[in-house]
Amino acid sequence: MCLAIPGKLLSITGEDVLRSGKVSFGGINKQVSLAYVPEAKVGDYVIVHVGFAISIVEESEARQTFEYLKQMGELEELEQMP
Amino acid sequence: MRYVDEYRDRAAVQRYARAIRRRTTRSWAIMEVCGGQTHTIVKYGIDELLPEQITLLHGPGCPVCVTPLELIDKATQIAARPEVIFCSFGDMLRVPGSGSDLFAVKAKGGDVRIVYSPLDALQIARENPGREVVFFAVGFETTAPANAMAVYQAHTQKILNFSVLVSHVLVPPAIEAILSSPDNRTQGFLAAGHVCTVMGYEEYVPLAQKYCVPIVVTGFEPLDILQGVLMCVSQLESGRAEVENQYLRSVRRSGNRPAQDLVARVFRVVPRKWRGVGEIPHSGLGLRDEYAAHDAESRFGVAAYAMEEDSECISGQVLRGVKKPQECPAFGTRCTPEHPLGATMVSNEGTCAAYYRYRRFEQQVAEAAREP
Repeated sequence: MCLAIPGKLLSITGEDVLRSGKVSFGGINKQVSLAYVPEAKVGDYVIVHVGFAISIVEESEARQTFEYLKQMGELEELEQMP
Repeated sequence: MRYVDEYRDRAAVQRYARAIRRRTTRSWAIMEVCGGQTHTIVKYGIDELLPEQITLLHGPGCPVCVTPLELIDKATQIAARPEVIFCSFGDMLRVPGSGSDLFAVKAKGGDVRIVYSPLDALQIARENPGREVVFFAVGFETTAPANAMAVYQAHTQKILNFSVLVSHVLVPPAIEAILSSPDNRTQGFLAAGHVCTVMGYEEYVPLAQKYCVPIVVTGFEPLDILQGVLMCVSQLESGRAEVENQYLRSVRRSGNRPAQDLVARVFRVVPRKWRGVGEIPHSGLGLRDEYAAHDAESRFGVAAYAMEEDSECISGQVLRGVKKPQECPAFGTRCTPEHPLGATMVSNEGTCAAYYRYRRFEQQVAEAAREP
């Protein structure tokens, strides 16, 4: 029910509570409300739930999952990393 | 798809699974709160990658499952009226009430429509000024901003034939109800990433401190879940009980402020009944008086209706992580997704439905092996 998926913002129309945008989900486009992400701009990835963008994906933070083991000092893993 | 596929990477999944095995020295029971996380765990077999000492308990985070019986009855009563177009998310249609469900109402000629967004229901109201359009506003904090926006726009644009049947629930009071229960087994939580995307995670800090449990805000892909488990196990093993954020790419500490503001403007906190659990104080949202004209319960005179639940189904214990689906004698026999006895079998994200879909053959194999 709380399913939300990331998509790329392609274009923006309207203002304030009626601000919306076209978002591409792996090539499938859908019109999405941007009322809750006023700072979103074309090219951003937004997380969309029931037709509303609820956050903008933070590119730098998205890498963290892949660097966490190193940060944790999992040295054995570090040696196996490419 | 970007930000999806890379979080399903096999090699990275295995690295995390090994790291968790190295960190784990004793038994821990960790609950994932959200039904979407339960679905990922059972679908990808993540629980089977973990060491035996770690038990994943499946939590109450499926709004379809916890919507009380009497609300389903109210929905079917309203949907059966000839002047009504009843709009709902698809997974509410099969949920059994005490006598009927929304699919049965539709089969008998009721105008029941599945919508993707509450704004779609609002558009149907604009296009059908001679009909009453009712939206079944269920969900956790994730969905509340969308439903609040539909009510807010109906109010400001004077779309008077639009109303909502509200059954909104909140996560932190449910976590507290689990932790304060005498049969609680949960030692750490994976909090729901999209609920926290909206609400942030500051309200979990007092819970972590009061009950001495680690709470890790966690996403929904396999790597997210595994990283959340590793963070939670690391806290448990080192005796810490803090709130941490695994789902950094979406969740900010204070959440989404514009969304919170509109939710607070349209809704107020109310007590709510949870199916299988009972009434929890301050655990739901209801419309503020300013928006009472859009309240379907008063518009159709069903506000006073009450109905007690059947006692046969153990979904309440499943929702609180006390029992697993296979411990129910009706699981997979008298209770299936086609003919569910209880709500955890109905929704795709319900724990019983997830086990039925991905695990029932293993159970049959295990049973066959036990037979002489």
